[in-house]
Amino acid sequence: MLQTAQRQSKTKKPSPPHERFLEAYRWMLLTRTLEEKLVSLYRGGLITGGVYIGKGQEAVSAACGLFLQKGDIFAPLIRDQAGRSAFGEPLLDVTRTYLGSRQGPMRGRDGNIHRGRPQQNQLAMVSHLGAMISVTVGALMAKRFKGEKDFIGLACIGEGGMQTGAFHEGMNIAAVEQVPLVIVATNNHYAYSTQNDREFACHDLVDRAIGYGFEGYSLDGTDLSACLEIIGGAVKRARAGRPPQLVVASVLRLSGHGEHDDASYVTEEIKREPFARDCLKVAEQTIADLNLVDAKTLTEWRKEAVAKVDEAIATAQKEAPPEGDKEDWCAISVRDLVDSLQ
Amino acid sequence: MSITYLEAIREAQAKLLRDDERVFIYGQDVGGTFGGAFKATKGLAKEFPGRVLNTPISEDAMVGAAIGAAIEGMRPIVEMQFADFSSIALNQILNNAGTHYWRTNVPVPITVRLPSGGTKGSGPFHSQSMESIYAHYPGLIVMTPATVEDAYTMLIEAVAIDDPVVYCEHKYLYYHLKADKLPTQGVPTGTARIAREGRDLTIVSYSAMVHEALAVAEQLAGEGFEIEVIDLRSVKPLDTNTVLASVARTGRLLCVGESFPWGGVTAEVIARAAAEGFHLLDAAPQRLNAKDTPIPYHPNLWSAHRPNAKEIARKARALLRE
Ligand SMILES: Cc1ncc(C[n+]2csc(CCOP(=O)(O)OP(=O)(O)O)c2C)c(N)n1
Ligand SMILES: [Mg+2]
Repeated sequence: MLQTAQRQSKTKKPSPPHERFLEAYRWMLLTRTLEEKLVSLYRGGLITGGVYIGKGQEAVSAACGLFLQKGDIFAPLIRDQAGRSAFGEPLLDVTRTYLGSRQGPMRGRDGNIHRGRPQQNQLAMVSHLGAMISVTVGALMAKRFKGEKDFIGLACIGEGGMQTGAFHEGMNIAAVEQVPLVIVATNNHYAYSTQNDREFACHDLVDRAIGYGFEGYSLDGTDLSACLEIIGGAVKRARAGRPPQLVVASVLRLSGHGEHDDASYVTEEIKREPFARDCLKVAEQTIADLNLVDAKTLTEWRKEAVAKVDEAIATAQKEAPPEGDKEDWCAISVRDLVDSLQ
Repeated sequence: MSITYLEAIREAQAKLLRDDERVFIYGQDVGGTFGGAFKATKGLAKEFPGRVLNTPISEDAMVGAAIGAAIEGMRPIVEMQFADFSSIALNQILNNAGTHYWRTNVPVPITVRLPSGGTKGSGPFHSQSMESIYAHYPGLIVMTPATVEDAYTMLIEAVAIDDPVVYCEHKYLYYHLKADKLPTQGVPTGTARIAREGRDLTIVSYSAMVHEALAVAEQLAGEGFEIEVIDLRSVKPLDTNTVLASVARTGRLLCVGESFPWGGVTAEVIARAAAEGFHLLDAAPQRLNAKDTPIPYHPNLWSAHRPNAKEIARKARALLRE
């Protein structure tokens, strides 16, 4: 059974916001603040490798993290800082990983967005897109084997990653196993430089849901209330034992693919589309229109976000980097079985 | 005029598209105004409309489609965004392309370009060198050009070859290597190149490690050693004769590769040298590879993980002392 709930952007008379609107907004604000800082560190040559931000996708991502409980599994991807933070990832994990501190969860072995804490149910993505869907399915199967109750998994993907074989297999196996999984796919209209017309040819990605035995929902990802309602609803249904859920959000990537990319290929035309709105600005407009908090409080929140981010960066910057000669060069946990190579 | 390794790859593709209407390029972000993650196809979509095509993120299907097109007479070039992502297409490359001629007598002339090797800060999934995996399987040619000239002529040759070719281009060399001009003719694949002559020790290498080996040879020349450096150029076919002839002159062999240490190209070279040239060796042949862990992100770890000039020099000195 396919259900679609379309939300139109409300420019005229805003309806009352979702009850967790302000909470989600603060995660969005923190994320925007953090990522702007990371970008400036990158531009200043203080971050090696890439920086990948979720500008324009914070509303979707925050909603992904917000409804998860402690025992749930979260498989975030490239542009999910807001969701990671809302799910409980400390800011220090981010700054330590980006800045290559030995004390971060990845200890300098992996960088930027390739991080996680599997023991806290934050799966650590590999680059290979689509690969984390089936891993999330397996984690949920394990919870079921172990007799745990009330858990769900939420995995994020871009519309580009949806075109991998791994993604298709992952969706199918999730439905076969009937695990409580929510997949939140964000169509930001670009996979690196490639536009939708060279990514897929179906009318609407959400139509795929029915083909796999998922329930599908469409979402205007620039509208925070809609994100909370629809992603929150999908989480609730998955938790209640409904079939796996697919949410397809529409936004525009408001940055380069990574910070090395000037995104000059993004057309002026697409920047005028309704989905090209900046979800943070839209949320702030709603706050102002409905007078949800006063300007002074907003300023306080911004200051707080800056202070938290600055502190996490300063701490990570003071920490020692890993050193080759002190590194434990071992890729397996069973030490007796380490190969005697070299 | 000066031309980089990366520009040579682009120029080779431009020439191929110009000269042979069977050629098309298939890969993520290769088309439009973008021209690929590394710009190896910059401008080609405009110059050759309809023949430089962006694909979905579907490596398995990209190679599968290329195989089908090749069977029907085309000469596709598939660009992987990074060599690491070719793991998704392993099944098509190894089991479809690699077996096809042997099973059906119909060859599969595809070229799969793999932007390979480590660069600072790229981490475990954007740094891999996969030549050993492809060389292990029957039915594939595996090229590992180390110079601008080879990058150019070998890519042209790759497309001309009737069999599937895995063309490993090194990302570090993209911008670091320059030549004055492009050659009109290349050395055929399967023939190694003596990159530097010497008589005390042979260092066999390929791809970016050739340049590390040359740096070590230069350094050790100051200590009075003459080191011969061999650039394999292709790891399959592997030019055993050139290696053995060199070992006959020097009596000592060190083989250096950037990839993981278990098995692989360096082990293959040593095995052949030991089996066929045991009597030529004055000391046990040695090899040097990356460490047996995934490739680390942090530059401090990365530079310790891969074989570097310092390590090669240490290993070379030890061998020379024996
Ligand atoms: C299997 C695979 N092939 C190629 C890549 C290289 N790559 C990294 S991100 C990306 C584009 C992703 O687009 P999308 O899934 O839409 O996510 P977005 O970046 O738009 O958030 C590509 C091609 C990859 N990570 N994995
Ligand atoms: Mg996208």
